[in-house]
Amino acid sequence: MGRLKTIARRSFLIGSAAIVGGVAFGAYLVKRDPENPLSLDAAAGDAVFNPWVKINADGITLIAPHADLGQGAASMQAMLIAEELDVELDQIITSYGRPAATYYNTALAAEAVPFRSNDEGFAAETMRSTMGAVMKVLGAQVTGGSTSVPDSFDKLREAGAVARETLKAAAAAETGLDVSQLKTERAAVVLPDGTRMNYTELAARAAQMDPVTEVNLRDPAQWRLIGKPLQRIDILAKSTGTQTYSIDLKVEGMVHASVRMNPRKGAPMLGFDASAAEGMRGVSQIIGLPYGVAVVADNTWRAFRALEEIEIDWDVAPYPAEQDQHWAEVAASFVPERLDKEWRNDGDVDAALDGAEVFEAEYRAPYVAHQPLEPLSAIVKVSDGRVDIWASHQLPRFVQQRVAAKLDMETDQIHLHNQHAGGSFGHRLEFDNIDVTVDVARELPDTPVKLTFRREEDFAQDYNRQIGMARGRGTHANGQVTTLDLDIATVSASRSQSGRLGAPVPGPDTQIAAGAWNMRYAVPNLRVRAYAVPELAPTSSWRSVGASTAGFFAESFLDELIHAAGADPMSERLRLVNDPDARAVLEAVAEMSNWGSPLGPRKGRGVALVTSFGVPVAEVVEVTDTDDGIKIDRVWLAAEVGRVVDPVNFENVVAGGVIWGLGHAMNSEITYSDGRAEQDNYHLAEGMRLHQCPVIEVRALENNPNIRGIGEPPVPPAAPALANAIFAATGIRLREMPFFKTVSFV
Amino acid sequence: MKLNVDGKSHEVDVEDDMPLLWVLRDELGITGVKYGCGIAQCGACTVHVDGVAVRSCQLAAGDVDGDITTIAGLGSPDALHAVQAAWVEHQVAQCGYCQSGQIMQAASFLDLNTAPTDDQIDEAMSGNLCRCGTYPRIRAAVKTAAAKLQGA
Repeated sequence: MGRLKTIARRSFLIGSAAIVGGVAFGAYLVKRDPENPLSLDAAAGDAVFNPWVKINADGITLIAPHADLGQGAASMQAMLIAEELDVELDQIITSYGRPAATYYNTALAAEAVPFRSNDEGFAAETMRSTMGAVMKVLGAQVTGGSTSVPDSFDKLREAGAVARETLKAAAAAETGLDVSQLKTERAAVVLPDGTRMNYTELAARAAQMDPVTEVNLRDPAQWRLIGKPLQRIDILAKSTGTQTYSIDLKVEGMVHASVRMNPRKGAPMLGFDASAAEGMRGVSQIIGLPYGVAVVADNTWRAFRALEEIEIDWDVAPYPAEQDQHWAEVAASFVPERLDKEWRNDGDVDAALDGAEVFEAEYRAPYVAHQPLEPLSAIVKVSDGRVDIWASHQLPRFVQQRVAAKLDMETDQIHLHNQHAGGSFGHRLEFDNIDVTVDVARELPDTPVKLTFRREEDFAQDYNRQIGMARGRGTHANGQVTTLDLDIATVSASRSQSGRLGAPVPGPDTQIAAGAWNMRYAVPNLRVRAYAVPELAPTSSWRSVGASTAGFFAESFLDELIHAAGADPMSERLRLVNDPDARAVLEAVAEMSNWGSPLGPRKGRGVALVTSFGVPVAEVVEVTDTDDGIKIDRVWLAAEVGRVVDPVNFENVVAGGVIWGLGHAMNSEITYSDGRAEQDNYHLAEGMRLHQCPVIEVRALENNPNIRGIGEPPVPPAAPALANAIFAATGIRLREMPFFKTVSFV
Repeated sequence: MKLNVDGKSHEVDVEDDMPLLWVLRDELGITGVKYGCGIAQCGACTVHVDGVAVRSCQLAAGDVDGDITTIAGLGSPDALHAVQAAWVEHQVAQCGYCQSGQIMQAASFLDLNTAPTDDQIDEAMSGNLCRCGTYPRIRAAVKTAAAKLQGA
């Protein structure tokens, strides 16, 4: 059996012991590579070259450990391995494999440190390296933070190259030829006389050998797949209804279930009366849980219907019951004792504001739900000494650890069969569906329980985006912005989320002012301070996290200052911008949108530039103020991503990010009354619909040597660019999302 | 009761008021039909009854009075319907969860309107929610499918 101890050396090399939060990890532990999980399941004749490639007589399996939530992660990961392995995408299947520490995320650390992404100074690099070591020790297999591409780019190509060279060595051993005489293509080693030795035939031999680990990665000029327009590996299934999601799975002997949990999220249930539901057709069990009631039935709808008949007495919410109390708590947080961190202080802001004519403005961003279209669900079977879970999750190892702790079992007894998701946007970083289904399934040993959330329950139990406000003060002189002082106060979604994970993040929350403090502008006096509002309703990561609110605050306020100065929004940003990548994306959208060209009556353009997850993104939005409301006509976007791996999917995901940002800014929020979210289905939190969708033009720039992910960065500039465009068209300044509170949309 | 689904006759023993969606998914195992909202706001559950697009979450099993076609009956990976072929050509899907409903909506619409304008496409497709935001490609794919069907 092939077994590789030193894979992907470059990604794993970490120089020194890691010291974070007072914990010291020895260098030995950091350098030791986690086990290859494929070897655990390998049969005789299976060549498991490394944790990502398995070949046997039946075929070629590529392990794509990053969860495919719709962003195309499976195709992207397969493409990277296949590029070096010399296989075509129609010759392989992908699998999530089993969750494993080996698949720890090497790129997540970059965004978790309090440094600008373009800061390559010693302190920033040391902290990134330290955090990277922590991720490895934790075995943090994570899909999130727009890291799937940067995490995968080197190590999956190396995995493919190692497998390829080992197969060539096997062919050389078989034929007596020298390796240098051998070529590879379409899943075969090709001999000088043209004879093809298929990888599947060589697997048994290769499995006996030590993998060849000294490999060179190909020059980009030789790439066949990376950067080329290819067909997504799931596109046929997703165009024919044959893609299976966890909500569709059927396991032998399975029963259906659903749940009502306390809509005052996190509070217990006090009691219930299920007499009206007992005896309803198909209902087999009604189970009281500490936080709610579950119904087990022979059909999902019968479980839904029975739940509606149960009267439940709920305890009060552990947070303020009414929305105005939430806003009051946010508004009261701009005080020294709640200062989380002063992230930036250039020039002398206090002196500049003292006695000057100060322009002031206040902004608000609401709670917003994730609500991917596939409702939460899970299938769980609890057996003696073994638990099987079928669900889609972004933190598969945390699922195992959580369930093991709950059931007092070992982590390796918890088998998570990860699934492609019908969307996530951060929703599948949470555990409610797992927890509840385990609680029900443990009552029915050896019976697989599929538990499906009603859409209304999904809304009620969502962990929403952080609520927040910002207060800006600024000055201008001679047509230029001279001072920008922005205080941002939000609840800490990162602390709320990591607290539930049992792994609280030490230090300031890097997300409260993300997208604002790192603005790539040289305003002479520039200060950004983050204030942490104490936990209210629980919150979580929502596509683009902190930058979705802080980016709106920063780019709206800058736009107001520019207008107050009497300057042009594009010219003044280009004058202020202090980074070549940011300048390039601004110049690109100026050119794409023909900025400055005359517009018809009641039309306006707005621009915004926000850097998040290391990606500077500029967007121009063009709107018309029609008699039926604001119509978003066009959007132009440019992003600096280092390199585009999958151009077809890139364009789709970027446009989708724009639509996500615009749609929620237009019409989506969650508000609380009586401790419950008032919005319980899409009619009350609609997002964008097709007739509202603008024409979107996307341009990727590839100037920076660092490769970046694109799932989240298109979101933050969308809302401020829209608000700025509406101001240009109507003179109405939108300082609070969702905008439909102030203006109507077609 | 008897239901004719994708050219096959099924005898099902369900309540008259069970939504067709749940008969298809949980009784017959036809899971290409998706549950999204349960209140006709998202369109993920769209099927055809005698060729016309309906939201199967709102149609009680007892009220079904025609032949049902689901995404599985429209075409298959080996024999794509023109609308599905356009969806593949434009690589519309991201998560893909809404796309069965989008495709069924588009197929029914193009059956009734062979030469739609952009505004008509927008109107016909706006009841189907896509949280990933694939709308630009849906528009393009509907136009491609319309052209293909007209030429057919």
